[in-house]
Amino acid sequence: MRILEVDGISVTFDGFRAINNLSFAIEEPELRAVIGPNGAGKTTFMDIVTGKTRPDSGRVIWGEQNENLVGRSESAIAQAGIGRKFQKPTVFEAQTVTENLAMALKDNRSPLAVLFGRGHRTARIRELAAEIGLEDHLARPAGELSHGQKQWLEIGMLLAQEPRLLLVDEPAAGMTTAEREHTTDLLKRLAQKHAVVVVEHDMAFVRRLDCKVTVLHEGSVLAEGSLDHVTQNKDVIDVYLGR
Amino acid sequence: MRNDVFKPSTLLFLGALAVFAIVVTIMAGQGMVSTSFVKTLGKTLCLCLAAIAMDVIWGYTGILSLGHMAFFGLGGYMIGMWLMYARTETLVAPGLAAQPLPPTEGEVRDAIGSQIFGVVGSSDFPMIWMFADSLVLQLALVVLVPSLLALVFGWLAFRSRVTGVYLSILTQAMTLALALYLFQNDSGLRGNNGLSGLQNIPGFEDVPQSTLSLSFFWASAFALAAGYLLFAWVVSGRMGSVLRAIRDDEQRVRFLGYQVEHYKLFAFVLTAAVTGIAGALYYPQAGIINPAEIAPIASIYLAVWVAIGGRGRLYGAAIGAAVVSLLSSWFTGGAAPNIALGDYAIRWTDWWLVLLGVSFVCVTLFAPKGIGGLVDLLQRRLPVDRTGDFGPDKGSKRAEETAQ
Repeated sequence: MRILEVDGISVTFDGFRAINNLSFAIEEPELRAVIGPNGAGKTTFMDIVTGKTRPDSGRVIWGEQNENLVGRSESAIAQAGIGRKFQKPTVFEAQTVTENLAMALKDNRSPLAVLFGRGHRTARIRELAAEIGLEDHLARPAGELSHGQKQWLEIGMLLAQEPRLLLVDEPAAGMTTAEREHTTDLLKRLAQKHAVVVVEHDMAFVRRLDCKVTVLHEGSVLAEGSLDHVTQNKDVIDVYLGR
Repeated sequence: MRNDVFKPSTLLFLGALAVFAIVVTIMAGQGMVSTSFVKTLGKTLCLCLAAIAMDVIWGYTGILSLGHMAFFGLGGYMIGMWLMYARTETLVAPGLAAQPLPPTEGEVRDAIGSQIFGVVGSSDFPMIWMFADSLVLQLALVVLVPSLLALVFGWLAFRSRVTGVYLSILTQAMTLALALYLFQNDSGLRGNNGLSGLQNIPGFEDVPQSTLSLSFFWASAFALAAGYLLFAWVVSGRMGSVLRAIRDDEQRVRFLGYQVEHYKLFAFVLTAAVTGIAGALYYPQAGIINPAEIAPIASIYLAVWVAIGGRGRLYGAAIGAAVVSLLSSWFTGGAAPNIALGDYAIRWTDWWLVLLGVSFVCVTLFAPKGIGGLVDLLQRRLPVDRTGDFGPDKGSKRAEETAQ
């Protein structure tokens, strides 16, 4: 079933066309890799879907009800079920691993519910921490963690939100080979039930994901298909791989 | 999981506050501290309450509001209206009773009106004095008026995503606009005369000021304790987590699905309401309120107290407000000895602001954690328990010896 469809979106920043009539759809469940050279519009695409950037034209259609997400606030889109992991790990460094995870847990997000709500759901937090290998670091401030551990914590926060669509920006950056393998497994496992979009530079990592690939160039789709298919595409070789 | 409301620092603070209140009461009973000094201490406790509210909005949520003393002043005005109305009523009653016919309700109201507003050349009650004859309603307004102003202002400002220094400037504009409006004689609150005689509590004319001052001192202490507990609860648990997260990276909090504007509004309105209550306890002890009290500088002082005391910890803000405002009244009260420098003498009444400014700069540069940071130093200095035996290292001579 199609969960997200980007329909003819364009956005211009100071005369620079970051996204140019971009259209493509993502199924649920599905694992999709989005690749493309710098400036191809990968991050802008994520910004538009998550509500950070408003497109000049086009629609972002979501879910069974075909709701248009354009114009909705970031928090409403996140509550609808779209989770995002940033390229640079963005965890709350002054707070502990437990607090970071507790904040991300799917729950009522209104101020009064948060104020009067029950305390931390310790069992669920432990389970998540075990999944991301941070069960021994629950009481530590996130700022003390290593770069790789912060990446994991952010992935854990993404899981805690229980989103239907996960937008993952360069998940493997700063990870060791073993951690990359663990990440690949996790993403593949998630993609059995969810829609997962991975933006990645690293071709070896994309190959390991073994999924459908969308190649972006100058803000629109250049090619789509398996990795082998797109790497043999002449346009792709010209603009991206050929360089 | 809400046990961090009663963490050691909260209990210590409440304990210290109780001991302080009892000591002051005993000393006042013995005549060791004057009535006016008890009032100064009671007012200081109200300022501490405003400061912890400021800490929640600035230190925890990251919104540098430079307009919170507007809420403080509004709280004072709201209780001041009832105090003045009821007090004037008791003053004009004997004159009216002496007349051959018993006065009608309208005559009583006119007599009170000309007493109160004669000074601004009017005798009619403005609309905003509608509830001035009811203590209960005016007490409700103490909370409602600051909350409503905070709600409207906050909604407009946060919705437009005004942040940082721009928001601070807006809050300064808010308090300045309110002060300028109240300075007008036709604002309905007696212009620059303000409301006065607030230390006389209607119905308690026979109670000496020494007793009244102690009552207000205790009321202020209770309000501070209750406010401290309320805010300790708010900044603990997940709400505290979200507020601190908004301070550190509000965009990220949005992507987690939280409506940041609602949280900011919640913190802004709650702190405004508590600041209003603090003001309502402060001005009966001060005796007079006028629009100068909500000039922009007052809110800047509030931020300075919190910065010097230490942002992001409630007791730090309270200590900062107490220390700086008491020092301020010591220096500006002429009690501090002047320093003679040959031809020139440093008179602290003039130089106090310079000293305050220099200390503010020094704290910002060299001790960003403020006075509260000393607690961290103390905690780190505590000797670590190193009496245990860590055992010999693997492969060391001692390991071999133990094995034998």
